Amino acid sequence: MTSTVGGRSPGLALPKSELLEMYRQMVLIRRFEEAAAEQYALGKIAGFLHLYIGEEAVAVGAIRAMDPRDHLVTHYRDHGYALALGLDPGRCMAELFGKSTGLVGGRGGSMHFADASKNFWGGYAIVSGHLPIAVGLGLASQYQDERRVAVAIFGDGATNAGPFHESMNLAALWKLPVLFLCENNQYGMGTAVEYASAVREMARKACAYDMPAERVDGQDVLAVYDATKAALEHCRSGNGPFFIEALTYRFRGHSMADPEMYRSKEEVEEYRRQRDPIVLFRTRLTQEGIAVATEFEEIDREIEEVVAAAVRFAEESPEPDPATVMEHVYAEPVRVS
Amino acid sequence: MAREITYRDALREALREEMYRDERVFLMGEDIGHYGGSYAVTRGFLQEFGPKRVRDTPIAELGIVGAGIGAAIGGLRPVVEIMTINFSLLAMDQIVNHLAKLHYMFNGQFTAPVVIRTAAGFGQLGATHSQTFEGWYAHVPGLRVVMPAVPKDAKGFLKSAIRGNDPVIFIEHSLIYRNRGEVPDDEDFLLPLEGAEVRREGTDVTIVSWSRGYYLALGAAEELAREGIDCEVIDLRVLRPLDIDTVVRSVQKTNRLVVVEEGWRTLAMGAEIAAAVQERAFDYLDAPIARVGSLEVPMPYARNLERLVVPNKDRVVAAVRQVLYQKQPVTVG
Repeated sequence: MTSTVGGRSPGLALPKSELLEMYRQMVLIRRFEEAAAEQYALGKIAGFLHLYIGEEAVAVGAIRAMDPRDHLVTHYRDHGYALALGLDPGRCMAELFGKSTGLVGGRGGSMHFADASKNFWGGYAIVSGHLPIAVGLGLASQYQDERRVAVAIFGDGATNAGPFHESMNLAALWKLPVLFLCENNQYGMGTAVEYASAVREMARKACAYDMPAERVDGQDVLAVYDATKAALEHCRSGNGPFFIEALTYRFRGHSMADPEMYRSKEEVEEYRRQRDPIVLFRTRLTQEGIAVATEFEEIDREIEEVVAAAVRFAEESPEPDPATVMEHVYAEPVRVS
Repeated sequence: MAREITYRDALREALREEMYRDERVFLMGEDIGHYGGSYAVTRGFLQEFGPKRVRDTPIAELGIVGAGIGAAIGGLRPVVEIMTINFSLLAMDQIVNHLAKLHYMFNGQFTAPVVIRTAAGFGQLGATHSQTFEGWYAHVPGLRVVMPAVPKDAKGFLKSAIRGNDPVIFIEHSLIYRNRGEVPDDEDFLLPLEGAEVRREGTDVTIVSWSRGYYLALGAAEELAREGIDCEVIDLRVLRPLDIDTVVRSVQKTNRLVVVEEGWRTLAMGAEIAAAVQERAFDYLDAPIARVGSLEVPMPYARNLERLVVPNKDRVVAAVRQVLYQKQPVTVG
């Protein structure tokens, strides 16, 4: 497994501004998600709300390693990816509020963020169902000789479903530039990996398709960055797909409705104390002499304001115009009735 | 100018012309390349266009359809072949949960213009290879569901489907690939992906059908014409969006309606058509709407049993007599 602790990460050679930006994004995701949970409790957000708290290092490390032209499709726990892509927190929050200013105009909600201008083709809510779409994006890239990589984000639960295997096979068979990035947070909703998968290490599943794979410490943002960077290079150079398993942990329930009967409070506390990706990164940057406490505190303060402003923006935005409810069912006009 | 060609050749022409016209158009499906297509629609295409554009796939329907969606988002024009409509059930999640919804769910930001070609049909193939599910797909907003009966429509619809920006479920029928009909020579001959067509004008009863059912309707109309019963025959052609206006206009003239479909009648297209017609033309109806469909059983293999199950011309004739309150001949299947 790749970890940067004790080793010298190529990611550490990034300019200080970028390293601090990674820290900033992780804090932004954390505070955004906390604010979303609050707004959910206040009844401003409805439906399913899956928080990314605890897993921030995976999205931030992976997105930082990607080229802006690369394609991205994710699972439904998609807020972190949208924010790491630099999408406006106000528009993200407005989507959760179901407002017209939301990323997708209030049509998608928490699970279906998207921004075509960033090649972010959506969050998908049928577990593993978006993996063949990533394969198709990789096919389009190869077909048009674009050297763009399609990155698919999914959880450990997805690796037990049929679409995962069909996608892995197709991508490997056709040597498509697809990066399969599995966030193994150890639970598919409330079912632990050991109750769901015959193989405990997700990365080992790649060998069935002769696909290179790597396990990485998903709480270590630099390790994720390094592994993703190398994997993307592999895919971009025409070597076919790559599989990364990022070991991570979700600090909150599966969704807001989750009473968390399936894991102990002690287990969660242990992760929060020992394996918080933000604390780990901050400590690392401090130890390396890259940044000092006041710099982190300034970022933390700025993010408080950004998130408060995002909530205000969502609050004050109008609901979607009812007259638009039938728009976008079809791209071409429909004349018959 | 027009030529008379088969339904299969109409499809082949549409695919070839669009592939020559647009480099982004490619075909993907099981056994479409080296084997030549299970119904020979793409025979010779691999040799003509090469493996990049004529892609044999693993037997993985949902993977193929999902890859088609991604390829379309990525800027290509995939034509995905699902060998028969029975196997499309394996791709139902991709079709219903993704293909039909992306444009709306993501607020019109992008489209996934995938054409899924597949074939209904039967012929002593047993329970899992003899079905037709057009109604299942027509149920879903966001899809266009096309089921052409004649070569001209097969070609015009397929070309429009490939050039258009909406996902299209394009359903062929294994028993009409050899049917012949006139097709315009124009390489830009396109048909809008909507609208029913009155193919035989009549005054006494309206018979609505599509795909192979259209031929049953026409056969029944010709037989009844010999007795002086004048049937209007409508080929529905497109099941979603549904052109109910054309059916209603016809019923306002004939006051009687028979719907002929190949599948089970329960919750099927005929049920939808009957409901829509009574909503709009209740006062024009002089008889309850009749529906002809399959018997409600899994398809049996034995020839005599299969013949009992699927609709035939005689059952259409009997349905027309029923809505005319005529006495039925003694033996009707």
